[in-house]
Amino acid sequence: MSKFKKKSGGELPPISTASLPDIVFMLLFFFMVATVLRDNDIKVAQQLPSADQTEKLTKDRTVFIYAGKPSAQYAKLGTEGKIQIGDKFVGVKEVKAAILEERERLRVELQDKVIVALKVDKETNSGLVTDIKEELREANMLKIIYVTPQAVQQ
Amino acid sequence: MAKRSAPEINAGSMADIAFLLLIFFLVTTTVDKDKGLSRSLPPIQDENVEPPILKQKNVFVVIVNRNDELLVEDEPMEIGDLRQAAKDFLDNGGAKKGGEVVYCDYCQGARDIASSDNPDKAIISVKSDRETSYETYIAVQNELVAAYNELRNRESQRLFNFKYTEVKAALDAGTFKGNETKADEQLDQIKDMYPMKLSEAEAKSN
Repeated sequence: MSKFKKKSGGELPPISTASLPDIVFMLLFFFMVATVLRDNDIKVAQQLPSADQTEKLTKDRTVFIYAGKPSAQYAKLGTEGKIQIGDKFVGVKEVKAAILEERERLRVELQDKVIVALKVDKETNSGLVTDIKEELREANMLKIIYVTPQAVQQ
Repeated sequence: MAKRSAPEINAGSMADIAFLLLIFFLVTTTVDKDKGLSRSLPPIQDENVEPPILKQKNVFVVIVNRNDELLVEDEPMEIGDLRQAAKDFLDNGGAKKGGEVVYCDYCQGARDIASSDNPDKAIISVKSDRETSYETYIAVQNELVAAYNELRNRESQRLFNFKYTEVKAALDAGTFKGNETKADEQLDQIKDMYPMKLSEAEAKSN
């Protein structure tokens, strides 16, 4: 009678998956920190032109204006360039009111330092951009930034 | 009664829950990567104020037509040559030493009297047609900003031994190592040497 019984079989013990949730949570927190919530869905085409002399834009004091031809979902509106502020289409004459309304959402102390970011599709006529700029001058929001992805430098 | 130990909770499905959350965040968020060309619009002019009279030689006129073709100082030009042409114009420094217009002692240009007096007087005017595509419009803007940046880089390299654009980017991102106020002053000094004077006239209607 032996005191030490030989273990039956030579099976490998199962790999513990207890740390898997930790790994996944780490990934999750990384993504939560590195990204922002998509706040409004964009209803116009957004193929931005690229440039290489870009500056970074400070998100907390920025309001966005999107322009371009309506995307596939809204194709019945035609192919003329349209302006989107917030999550609705606006006409050229309503830009001023809409942008002032949009500014109200920023933190109060930043409302004077507001920057308007223009995200305009590259196939848009620049006349539409000129109209927007004219409205912005009337709203006295003079700091603008044309959003352009960084081009690869030669 | 013997004390029963509480059964261990099975944590196997925890990973599934975490994956669900992860996928949710991946789908609903965007990576923040917005960059762009910043520009200040001119405030609305008072009707009664006369616009200042500019000498023709101090204005560099870039016209873009509806077919996205460039006319620079009455000469057709490819977009690839615009940067150099703008640099030549800004860096010209045509004013005479001791004359009534400030002499530009750091300019390295041709000193052509038919071109700009000094960088402070030099103005670039972009006129675009309403039907110019936005892509070309941005490309033109980009080349002109590049002309200013290259001149500013050259001067900051000469005076302070750093690149204007690099230090500015570091300051904006808050990653600048060293004396920030001093760097700010130096940047302002360079900016004053080549002030950005880009005028965007209202697009012409047909």
